[in-house]
Amino acid sequence: MSKPKGFEKPVGVRDYLPRATKRLRRIERGVLDCMARWGYETIKTPTIEYYDTVGIASSTSDRKLFKLLNNRGQTLVLRSDLTAPIARVASSLLREEPLPLRLSYHANVFRAIEEEAGREAEFFQTGVELIGDRSPEADAEVVALAIASLQAAGVKTFKFALGHVGFLNGLFDEALPGRSEDQKALKERLLHRDYVGFREAAESLGLNREQQEELEGILRLRGGREVCDQAAGLSRHPLALESLRHLCSVWEALDDYGVSEHVLIDLTMIGDFSYYTGMVFEGYAAELGFPVCSGGRYDNLLRQFGRDVPATGFALKTNRILDGVEDPSPEEELPVLIVYDAARRAEALAEAGRLRTEGQAAVTRLANETGESAEAGDGGRYARVLLFTGENAPASRG
Amino acid sequence: MGEVLKVAMPKGRIYKKASQLFREAGIFIPDDVDDSRRLVIPIPEANMEFIMAKPVDVPTYVEYGVADIGIVGKDVLLEENRDVYELLDLGIARCRMSVIALPDWKPGIHLRVATKYPNVATRYFREQGEQVEVIKLNGSIELAPLIGLADRIVDMVETGQTLKDNGLVERESIFGITSRLIANRVSYRMKNNEIQELCDRLEKVMPGAVKS
Repeated sequence: MSKPKGFEKPVGVRDYLPRATKRLRRIERGVLDCMARWGYETIKTPTIEYYDTVGIASSTSDRKLFKLLNNRGQTLVLRSDLTAPIARVASSLLREEPLPLRLSYHANVFRAIEEEAGREAEFFQTGVELIGDRSPEADAEVVALAIASLQAAGVKTFKFALGHVGFLNGLFDEALPGRSEDQKALKERLLHRDYVGFREAAESLGLNREQQEELEGILRLRGGREVCDQAAGLSRHPLALESLRHLCSVWEALDDYGVSEHVLIDLTMIGDFSYYTGMVFEGYAAELGFPVCSGGRYDNLLRQFGRDVPATGFALKTNRILDGVEDPSPEEELPVLIVYDAARRAEALAEAGRLRTEGQAAVTRLANETGESAEAGDGGRYARVLLFTGENAPASRG
Repeated sequence: MGEVLKVAMPKGRIYKKASQLFREAGIFIPDDVDDSRRLVIPIPEANMEFIMAKPVDVPTYVEYGVADIGIVGKDVLLEENRDVYELLDLGIARCRMSVIALPDWKPGIHLRVATKYPNVATRYFREQGEQVEVIKLNGSIELAPLIGLADRIVDMVETGQTLKDNGLVERESIFGITSRLIANRVSYRMKNNEIQELCDRLEKVMPGAVKS
């Protein structure tokens, strides 16, 4: 590769200019405030972590982790999500805190990417973790909060899809007892959204016609509460039935939250099955081609840090929301410009100080000797101009 | 009536077969769509909008969500490796991906393979335990072994006539190809009813469909 040109930056990272930064902060603040109203406290964790702890525990595949070496030869990673770092904190610094813990975060995360297509090397996540509660109530709370958070971010039309890893594990285990490789092959196909491949795999497994139809039937299991009942007829496996009961309770709680109209049950939703252990969900906004939210239950993660407690949570992809949300207030709050000459500087700076205390942004500038017009070249950048020059009383222009 | 579905349609060979399949499924598609030079064609009768795309670009439009669904060959899907739902095997435009060479081919010192599908070719030879140099070409792949650019090629074979005309033989078939219906991850949720209804209608008329 040739030497980069001065204006270039690495592939997959972005600059946020003042206008975009302002909007991003508005979204971030809106979402974190919303989470705070649900009792979630914000924490911050470091950008770098050890590969052997947080790196291994994270759901990000090894080849997508940014790895660094420190001067002792230890491998470090740039955090790829906040879930694993928060699991570390909850198992160490917050070990004595009573459960459940409700924590929120907003942070940049890093992924080593291979190609383009919405695949960013650095992006922003805003999310929560609810640690120490394995009930359907807890899962419903994080889904309802995800919905409230999207609304707080200004997203108007959206949908959430809800699935359960346990249902598929139970169903496949019943259809293919002891054939873990074949079960894995089916799950891989669902994970890659390859329904054609799933049907082909189901046909090639040497099952009887009825079993094969049952497996293919799950591709149609999408909809509301009724999906749980339909699915219950597909399996007698205790794990599958237990998972459906759980999912059903989550749905009923969401109904009581008054948000079930936004939620679709999809039993082919699988998430990363080596990581998620229960309910999984994704959020989609009408204006955006990529999901804006993902989450689920990961009851085995904290055990890796020495505190065996269940947990559930989600992350919003905050910068994607930025691409899809219209700017709610196009008219910006402009600063006041104060122009002064040397003799009246103290007076001018005092006025600027007063305005700033009131919350009004103020910019100060020494007038040049030719007595230039204060507005020259400043078209539209300032709300108004105050002159502290010569013997004039402060004059307001603009 | 539901929302308008934006459909990325591959121009050329597959379009004729796909639009025929849509008609058999009872979806109104005007006759002259592919003769027109227009790239975006509203079809209000079907509540759709066709985006006429180069076949290899169809998965890209769908992944980014500028098209809700698309029709594309399995060859392109395997080469492009885009994150989309692969909903249906439409069973049309059937052909295969093959390794092709001159009849007297023997492994030489430098193994070179020319293809329009570098990812597919690299993956295949890797699985076979062969390390080869893959050369990307954009058309007339059959030329490569004839003029000594590569000793083998990986390409799509439909009838095999072009191979015969050029004195080439098919050595191995890598995988079978048909056209697939794909969907964007978000559209699949946001326009689920529309997409599911289309799938149901297509499934009844797809070649090889079990008529119930």
